[in-house]
Amino acid sequence: MREIRYREALREAMIEEMEKDASVFLMGEEVGHYQGAYKVTEGMLEKFGPERVLDTPIAEAGFAGIGVGAAMVGLRPIVEFMTWNFSAIAFDQILNNAAKIRQMSGGQFSCPIVFRGPNASARQVGSQHSHAMEHFYATVPGLKVVAPAFPADAKGLMKAAIRDNNPVLVMESETLYSVKGQVPDDQDAIELGKANVVRPGKDVTLVAYSRMTHVALDAANALAKEGIEAEVVDLRSLRPLDEETIVKSVWKTHRCVIVHEGFPYGGVGAEVADRVQRLAFDSLDAPVLRVATLDVPMPYNAKLEQACMPQADRVIAAAKRVVSRGKA
Amino acid sequence: MSVENSRELGLFRVLRDDHSQDPAVSVPDAVVLRAYREMRRLRILDAKMILLQRQGRVGFYGACTGQEAVPIGTALALEADDWVYPALREQSVMLVRGFPLTQFIAQVFGNSGDVQKGRQMPSHHSGRSVNQVSWSSNIGPQIMQAVGTAWAMKLQKKSSIAVGFMGDGATSQGDFHSAMNFAGVFKTPCVLICQNNHWSISVPTAKQTASATIAIKGLAYAVPSCRVDGNDLLAVYAAVKEAADDARAGKGTTFIECLTYRIGAHSTSDDPSRYRTDEEVESWKRKDPVDRLRNHLVHRGLLDDAKDAALEAELTDEVNEAVKVAEAFPAPSRESLFDDVYQELPWFLQEQKEELRRAPPAPSHGG
Ligand SMILES: Cc1ncc(C[n+]2csc(CCOP(=O)(O)OP(=O)(O)O)c2C)c(N)n1
Repeated sequence: MREIRYREALREAMIEEMEKDASVFLMGEEVGHYQGAYKVTEGMLEKFGPERVLDTPIAEAGFAGIGVGAAMVGLRPIVEFMTWNFSAIAFDQILNNAAKIRQMSGGQFSCPIVFRGPNASARQVGSQHSHAMEHFYATVPGLKVVAPAFPADAKGLMKAAIRDNNPVLVMESETLYSVKGQVPDDQDAIELGKANVVRPGKDVTLVAYSRMTHVALDAANALAKEGIEAEVVDLRSLRPLDEETIVKSVWKTHRCVIVHEGFPYGGVGAEVADRVQRLAFDSLDAPVLRVATLDVPMPYNAKLEQACMPQADRVIAAAKRVVSRGKA
Repeated sequence: MSVENSRELGLFRVLRDDHSQDPAVSVPDAVVLRAYREMRRLRILDAKMILLQRQGRVGFYGACTGQEAVPIGTALALEADDWVYPALREQSVMLVRGFPLTQFIAQVFGNSGDVQKGRQMPSHHSGRSVNQVSWSSNIGPQIMQAVGTAWAMKLQKKSSIAVGFMGDGATSQGDFHSAMNFAGVFKTPCVLICQNNHWSISVPTAKQTASATIAIKGLAYAVPSCRVDGNDLLAVYAAVKEAADDARAGKGTTFIECLTYRIGAHSTSDDPSRYRTDEEVESWKRKDPVDRLRNHLVHRGLLDDAKDAALEAELTDEVNEAVKVAEAFPAPSRESLFDDVYQELPWFLQEQKEELRRAPPAPSHGG
C-alpha cells in the first residue's frame, strides 16, 4: 500500500498500460511539454517521446476524430480533454462515431478509445466550464462511463478503460486531483460496472460518485452524530450501472437519496431513481430524493456558486426528510 | 510578387525605428493621443487586476499586456453602432467605446455592480450599451457569431459592420474555417482579426499551424487578408479602418493577422517560464507598443515627459478609484440565481426559488 494522489494514480495507470502495450498513445492539448494543464500527464512526454504523447492544436473535434480513426485500425488512443466541457466541440465524434461504429458496421470495426479529463465544477470558472457532462454521455448506448472518487479506483478504472475494446469515458475532477488515498502496490484493473459500498449504514442509502461521494461521506458523518446511519454507495461506473449493489442497499435501508453534480432534469440521478422504484418498490418507506446542482447555468460569483452546488447540508436535509417520513 | 510586397506574407508597418511614420498613412493627432491614453490606462488596469488576483480578491483575469495596440487601435477605427465580438484579450474595446470603468471592474469581481450579475467569468465582458458580446469560454464560437451578425446587418440593410477577434490558436478550430468560408461565400460586412501573440498557452504558433503565416489562410477562402505589425498602433488603426470601410462599401470581409506578443502569463493560472525564454520576452519588450507610440508622440511634438508623468498619475488614480467603488458592491442575492434563465420565470424555477428562500443560507453560501 502507498498513499498517492488521484492525479498520480491516473498517471501510473496510463504509464503502466503504455509500457505494456505499444499500441496505446496519448494526445490532447498541453499534455506533453506543459506536462498537462493539471499535471496529470507529468513526465510522460519525456518517457514515451513525441510520437506517443502528442500535443495537439486547439481542435477538439479534430483530435477526437483522429483518435477514432486510429482506434479503428489497431491503436488504442487516450484522448485528453482539457476539461470535459470542451468535449462539446467533439460531441459528434463521440456520439455519432465512437459510440456507433461497432454496431453500424455490423461488428466489423471496434473503437477501443479512452476519452478522459476533468468534469463538473472546479471553482469559479463560470457556466461554460462547469458542466457535469456525464449525464449527456451516459445516455448513449455504445459508450461506457466511469467517475472514480478515490485514487485506487482512479487507477483501476483507468487501466480497465484502456484495456476495454469499447469507447470508455473517464470523468475526473479538478477538485480531486490532489486528494490522497491508499493504493495497493499491485493495483490492477477494476471491473467496469461495479459500485462500492464505502460506508455501511442501515437508515438511508446515499448514492453518489466522483467528488459527490466525498460530500455524501461528510453528510453521513454528520448524520451519524444525530443517530442516523447512512450507507454510502459510490457508483464508480455510471454505464454500465451496478443496479444490484444499489438495490441491495435500498432493500436494507428502505430509503434512498442520490447526490450528483449537474442539473436535476434527467441524468444519472433520474436513472438510479428509476431502478430503485422498479426494483425495490416494496421496500421503500419514502420517495427517492435527488440532490443536484440547481437548475440554472452555474454562476461565477463564489457565493452564488456555492449556493448552486450540492453541499453536505442539502444532503443532510434530504436524508432527514426521508428518514423522518411517517414518524413525525 | 516578393514576400515583402505580399499582403499575406509581408508585414504592414507605419511606425519606423526612428519614431517617425510612413507619410503615406495619416492618423489624426486626436486619434493618436486618445489611443495613447487608452493604452496607458489599459496597461495600468491589467497590472492592477493581476495584483488583485494574486491577493485573492478576484478569481481570474486575462491580461493583454504587450498587445494593447490591437484592441485600442481597432476600437478607435470603428463606428459607435458596429458590433464587437472579442476573444480573451480584447475586452477593453468596450472601454474605448464608452462603457464605464467601474462596471467593467465590477464584472471582474462578479458582484451586484456587474451588468452581467456575477454570472460570467472575468474577462468575458459583454455590454449591450456598446454593442459588445461576450466570447464563450470555449475557443472559437465568437468568430462565427461575428459573421452571423454581419450577415444580419447586410440583410437588415444597416450600415453597421461586425468585428470578430481570435487568438492564433483559435485558427485551428473548425469554427474559424467555417466562419472564413461563410464570410467568403456570402461577402458579409465583417472584419476578422487574429492576434498572433506567438503562443497558445505553452504551444508555439509553429505547432498550431504549418502555414507560413496565418493571414495566408484567407487566400483559400477568397477573403482579402493582410498581415500587420500588431505593436504599431498606427498600422493597426489604418488597416482596420480600411477593412471597415470596405465592409461598409459592400466589399465583404477582410481578415487581419496582427503580429504581436503576449508579455505576461497566458492567464492568472499559468507560469510561462516553463516553456519560453527570458531572452525571447525581452526582445519583444523592446518592441513594446506603448513605448513605440510614446516615442512617436514625442517625435511628433504631442507629448513630453511632464505631460506623460501627469497622465500616468491621473490614470492610476482613475483605476484605483474605480476599483474601490467596484469592489464595494455586495454579492448578487441568492434569489437572483433564477432570473434570466428564461425570459419568464417558469413554475419549475419559481418552485426552486421558493425552496431556496426557505432554506437558511449555509455558512459557505453567505447571504
Ligand atoms: C474549446 C477550448 N479548448 C481549449 C481551451 C483551453 N484554452 C484556453 S485559452 C487557450 C489558448 C488560446 O490560444 P490563442 O487562441 O492563441 O489565444 P491567446 O490566449 O494566446 O490570446 C486554450 C487552449 C478552451 N478555452 N476552449
